[in-house]
Amino acid sequence: MKNTPTLSLRVPEPSGRPGDTPDFSHLKLDEPGAVARPDVSTTPAEMRDHAFRLIRVLDDQGKAVGPWDPKLDPETMRRGLKAMILTRAFDDRMHRAHRQGKTSFYMKCTGEEAIAVAQGMILSREDMGFPTYRQQGLLIARDYPLATMMNQIYSNAEDPIKGRQLPIMYSAKDYGFFTISGNLGTQYVQAVGWGMASAIRGDDKIAITWIGDGSTAESDFHSALTFAAVYRAPVILNVVNNQWAISSFQGIAGGLETTFASKGIGYGLPALRVDGNDFLAVWAATQWAEERARTNQGATIIELFTYRGAPHSTSDDPSRYRPGDEHEKWPLGDPIARLKQHLIGLGEWSDAQQEEAEKEAVEKVRAAARESEAIGTLGQSRPSVKTMFEEVYATEDWRLVEQRREVGV
Amino acid sequence: MAEINDKIEADMVDQKDAPASVAPDGPAIASMNMIQALNSALDVKMAEDPTVVSYGEDAGYFGGVFRVTDHLQKKHGLNRSFDAPISESGIVGTAIGMAAYGLRPVVEIQFADYIYPAYDQIVSEAAKMRYRSGGQFTTPMVVRSPYGGGIFGGQTHSQSPESLFTHIAGLKVVIPSNPYDAKGLLTAAIEDDDPVIFFEPKRLYNGPFDGWHEKPVSPWKAQELAQVPTGKYVEPIGKARVMKEGADVTILAYGTMVWVALAGAEHAGVDAEVIDLRTLVPLDIEAIEASVKKTGRCVIVHEAPKTSGFGGELSALVQERCFYHLEAPVARVTGWDTPYPHAFEWEYFPGPQRVADALKAVMTGGR
Repeated sequence: MKNTPTLSLRVPEPSGRPGDTPDFSHLKLDEPGAVARPDVSTTPAEMRDHAFRLIRVLDDQGKAVGPWDPKLDPETMRRGLKAMILTRAFDDRMHRAHRQGKTSFYMKCTGEEAIAVAQGMILSREDMGFPTYRQQGLLIARDYPLATMMNQIYSNAEDPIKGRQLPIMYSAKDYGFFTISGNLGTQYVQAVGWGMASAIRGDDKIAITWIGDGSTAESDFHSALTFAAVYRAPVILNVVNNQWAISSFQGIAGGLETTFASKGIGYGLPALRVDGNDFLAVWAATQWAEERARTNQGATIIELFTYRGAPHSTSDDPSRYRPGDEHEKWPLGDPIARLKQHLIGLGEWSDAQQEEAEKEAVEKVRAAARESEAIGTLGQSRPSVKTMFEEVYATEDWRLVEQRREVGV
Repeated sequence: MAEINDKIEADMVDQKDAPASVAPDGPAIASMNMIQALNSALDVKMAEDPTVVSYGEDAGYFGGVFRVTDHLQKKHGLNRSFDAPISESGIVGTAIGMAAYGLRPVVEIQFADYIYPAYDQIVSEAAKMRYRSGGQFTTPMVVRSPYGGGIFGGQTHSQSPESLFTHIAGLKVVIPSNPYDAKGLLTAAIEDDDPVIFFEPKRLYNGPFDGWHEKPVSPWKAQELAQVPTGKYVEPIGKARVMKEGADVTILAYGTMVWVALAGAEHAGVDAEVIDLRTLVPLDIEAIEASVKKTGRCVIVHEAPKTSGFGGELSALVQERCFYHLEAPVARVTGWDTPYPHAFEWEYFPGPQRVADALKAVMTGGR
């Protein structure tokens, strides 16, 4: 006689679908300033709690509170704010360029600007960043030429990677920005290897990498955490939890069962969970992890809790799978608005300056677009066809020589 | 069957007692088996170049399950020769990061059959790095892996996956068949600025196995190609070796099959020219063309399954370039299109009898 219930499969569902009122009541958000800041040498076992809390510095009034306040000087914050503003302006322009048929593809990072901008400012160009496709803010914060980014997006004759990659898959070695892969998660373990190499050589450089909440399900994520822990690699492992992997909410990657930061616990890695829309919290947590890495204490995993405000890409339509106004209702606000509010509160910024900075950003982007579009948009200009056969290897073998001749170049 | 296993194990035991590499102040030439030759290549390169590092599963302290990395940790330090977690994608993925940093990692995948978890890292990442970054990032690295059958390894310790890599733009694929080439080619692979897949025919580690599996295994020391310089030398990647000159038919082979081909030709009593390709990518097309145009016949031998095996590519190239010189259709002697079965090792393994049969057919068939 059977006395157990029939088995049933649970398939996670998000709290809202199109037409629903956004509901974030399930989120447990710590109050700003509520989470303790452990000493950088704290053992992972002693700070497990941090994987389940949420480090926040800016409160609702824009005041910096609590032990994680990095106490940044206003000039640094203004630089960060301007880089975020510029990143958003760049995104808007390139998204439009796609709509105008100037390129085949684009990806915005709306709502996530604080992450790459703050982290790009903290680490040096000598360190190596292994990004996903939503860390354009790192290049912008480091003053990478906007026109060069556009040249890549347009695959034109001046594209530094010669028209070989999908738009936005930049590569900028001199800016500490590793070549982006379209295969998700692969960069995570490579970053660990880069950090290991730095340690093997007795160097002082560290690596930093990013992965999305969805891609933490890739085996490379777990390989990376294993190697990072085993060899105490000098690397900062970020999980950008922006809630959505194309149309799959973070619960499909395991986010309902535990936090992404807590994935580090099983590997013996220190884990921090941070409000990713709080520039100062991102800054402070990254600095903590940086100090740990630079002092031979190994890797830290940081979950940056944020929200993907824009569609996944220009090929995506979020109105098909999530409530239309979810982003507006995100309880942790917007990173640009929050840092602006903070600076104004300090008397270090004003609405007029904000407006001026936004105008300046639009103008910078416009000037860059003029420069890049003068070379050409997608299809109008491109590298020489013979470059198609170059750099497959350090030197062409006979097959490539023959095939290049077949094309007639 | 059990006897063969005992014999292989006995060879392994002998191996443990043999010197892993010859001291720098030893003789300039030493008799080495393939394991010692590969070990010597790593040792010499690690001594010469501080950016060369070696790691893999059991490849550190213990020196690898086949002993290829023996003593490297002791000589070159923990930081440069170490054990890795059982994570092939992690091993290759970290190596890519190291190579991008500026090291020259040489990683061991314990058996080629285990390489699949690393396939994405090899194919999508290492192979494409130079190209996709416009030359900003490169991945000079070697993925070493014992491959092939003849050891009663069953389907997970016997495979020959080379064609999964020859198909990938950006990879080089090297397969030595003897100690001399093993050392010279591994040295070249380490110095190469592109990622190299380096398959080591594990059935040849301890002797030039010719496929006559009921006969005693002959040791390497009787072979001229086991006389290996103890210092550094390079065998160029992309050059085939004519193992035996002949007039009647060209045999294209690599790895263990080079020795099987020689035995098969002898058994058939055919004057075959046996070409050891040594490198599948880049391929020495000139050597192939010159030989087939001379002999007018071609037999291709590999252990891997027939369908989409590298033999298909070789056959197409021969047909494209030598068609009007051919006296008979190109023949392939390969593993079957089945998984590698444990109980039917010698029915699966393309042995000298099958090579001899193919040679006879090619000699009598045709115009």
